[in-house]
Amino acid sequence: MTNIIIWTIATITVLGLVLALVLYLVAKKFKVEEDPRIDDVEKAMPGANCGGCGFAGCRAFAEAAVKAPNLDNNYCPVGGNDVMAKVAAILGYEVKAKAPQVAVVRCNGSCESRPKVNDYDGAASCKVKAALYSGDTGCSYGCLGCGDCVAACQFGALSMDPATGLPVVDEEKCTACGACAKACPKGVIELRPKGPRGMREFVSCINKDKGAVAKKACASACIGCGICFKTCTHGAIVFENNVAYIDPAKCKLCRECEAMCPTGAIHGVNFPKPLDKEAVKARIADRKKKAAEAAAAAKEPSKKEEQ
Amino acid sequence: MGNRTFSIGGVHPHDNKISRECRIETLPIAPTVYISVAQHIGAPAKPVVAPGDKVKVGQVVAEPGGFVSAFIHSSVSGTVKSVAPRADLAGNPQLCIEIAVDGNEWAEGIDTSDTLVKDIPADNKAIIEKIRLGGVVGLGGATFPTHVKLSPPPGSKCERVIINGCECEPYLTSDFRTLLEKGEQVVIGAAILRQVMGNVPCTIAIEENKPEAIAHIKEVIAKLGYEGIEVMTMKMMYPQGGEKQLIDAVMHRQVGSGALPISVGAVVQNVATALAVYEAVQKNKPVIDNSVTVTGACFPHQANLLVRVGTPLRYILDYLGGLPDNAAKVISGGPMMGKAVANLDAATVKGTGALLILTEEETRRAPETNCIRCGKCADACPMGLEPFLLNKLAKANDVEALEANAAQDCIECGCCLYSCPAHIPLLDNIRMGKGAVMGVLRARAAAARAAAEAKK
Repeated sequence: MTNIIIWTIATITVLGLVLALVLYLVAKKFKVEEDPRIDDVEKAMPGANCGGCGFAGCRAFAEAAVKAPNLDNNYCPVGGNDVMAKVAAILGYEVKAKAPQVAVVRCNGSCESRPKVNDYDGAASCKVKAALYSGDTGCSYGCLGCGDCVAACQFGALSMDPATGLPVVDEEKCTACGACAKACPKGVIELRPKGPRGMREFVSCINKDKGAVAKKACASACIGCGICFKTCTHGAIVFENNVAYIDPAKCKLCRECEAMCPTGAIHGVNFPKPLDKEAVKARIADRKKKAAEAAAAAKEPSKKEEQ
Repeated sequence: MGNRTFSIGGVHPHDNKISRECRIETLPIAPTVYISVAQHIGAPAKPVVAPGDKVKVGQVVAEPGGFVSAFIHSSVSGTVKSVAPRADLAGNPQLCIEIAVDGNEWAEGIDTSDTLVKDIPADNKAIIEKIRLGGVVGLGGATFPTHVKLSPPPGSKCERVIINGCECEPYLTSDFRTLLEKGEQVVIGAAILRQVMGNVPCTIAIEENKPEAIAHIKEVIAKLGYEGIEVMTMKMMYPQGGEKQLIDAVMHRQVGSGALPISVGAVVQNVATALAVYEAVQKNKPVIDNSVTVTGACFPHQANLLVRVGTPLRYILDYLGGLPDNAAKVISGGPMMGKAVANLDAATVKGTGALLILTEEETRRAPETNCIRCGKCADACPMGLEPFLLNKLAKANDVEALEANAAQDCIECGCCLYSCPAHIPLLDNIRMGKGAVMGVLRARAAAARAAAEAKK
């Protein structure tokens, strides 16, 4: 009995040692030379494997970053500039700091302003719903409300607001990975620069219908009236297809467009003070009056010359 | 031996043909019609009229936008008000030609009399050209341009023309009434189709729940003295009216994945299409109207109406006394394959065959529960697919696996959804997956074409 036990232990030990040796030799012989920096970069990454950078995961990003001649086309939106600085330090590249971004829901059609015109009874998926028809409200551009974006978010940054039926972005949690924007079949969600101290101005509507049609479907739609376009002194408003868009690179956050928008489709967020519409309108009126006076003054001497 | 049907899958919902006794009635012309330029599969047509133009009934208002496309004619006489996007049945904007109706003046050359023209022109090319100019598309619902179907690619040979009179969808009765009331025209239409395809035999397939139509068509064939046209009585089974299913049932031949019916020597046309072919070839009358069944258990005024293309749905329903209070859903088409209408102000198109009105109890879907792996969906699928698997793959958006499991073969008949005891929205998800696969297939075909051209 004791003999068997001793023999068993001895055989297994010898066998183990021999196989370990074989494994060691094979590992030596067939070793794949890998750039050690890949591991270093991967360690520096957030490790969410969200795919926001466009690669399959953090490891794939690290491999691509190490191979690439510079970091211009590789950026981890989740880690942001801090992580990219670390990666650049490891690889010895320079990194251009990017303005941090955040997901913005560009639909304003709450249950109140955008009444339902029919009842959707199919599979609870925006993708399915969008493939079937224009949606259960009169607006065929806006949020469908089934929450594909919420399901796509790996960071728990999105939730549906039952009061409005629209998704809400938690700015603290949002990493701007872009998964929600890709999941939305209507293209309602946009990644926009966070703005100074989080302050930003955007048109919360993408309805391309003509004003009357859009207004009938949704009280807070962009009706394409062009008032914001005429008001803006910074050329920040792009106006095409009956809908306005604020170029974040040009916007100076003066909030004049927001004050003038007749439907409240333009939203300003994270401003320290609430918008005093009347004051801003008075300011614009004053400026216009002065400009008109200046124009008249400029004309008068020329008239005299003519006489 | 029992009547024939297709070999795999299928379900048998109650047929509910409530409106079968209603004669086809001509609907008065609506004050304004909206004619969509996308009434067929393929490229949308290009409008050739501008606001202010006077048009007559049967005048071309839009020309084909490609090879697989069709002419569109004015269904009324009057003045073009606008050419602008308008919400279609699904609520999506679609370019429409709005025409304010004024009188009922027909374009020249159209024979509006009731006389039956029996002599078929001998020139097949001229016949196909007339069908093309008449804007004839498959009126069974798929609206595939008929002249394209009648011009098979070189090397393929048609062995049999099948006229589809199955009307396997519950509730629908417009084809049945057409067979009864315009049997002669349908049979002559069938004779034209058969001649065009090279004097091949022709089968008019009718399901066994329409014995009057079967007897009437047999009588008409005998009266007209046509040889080579036969009536086949089919066993009741849904979706027998599907092209591939009908070929299987009639000819016992299976059309391969991705192949066209002509690959097994078959050409299938619907009863309404055969009538449209008769009218286009013998009467010079383009497709400007079609029979629409308006029905539903809750609807008091069942009807089969001859409706001008572009008539707003609300006008049709108002003519019949409006929607009942307990109506919850209007479906364009049958209850199995039809699409719920999101917008009653939308207008009919050539393929609109029915308006079905259902109540909340009839239409509300039961809450979804977990799959119990019973396999009923796989049993019911007439294409031999595995809907439970496709459902999972579509949800995971695994396009490669969807293609490997032939999601592109799905005919969207809804048998899986109908038979699922767990009420899983199988078809909703599979349709989405099919769309993704079709996108990949189209991209691949385009790439292959580009590569072939680059070689030249």
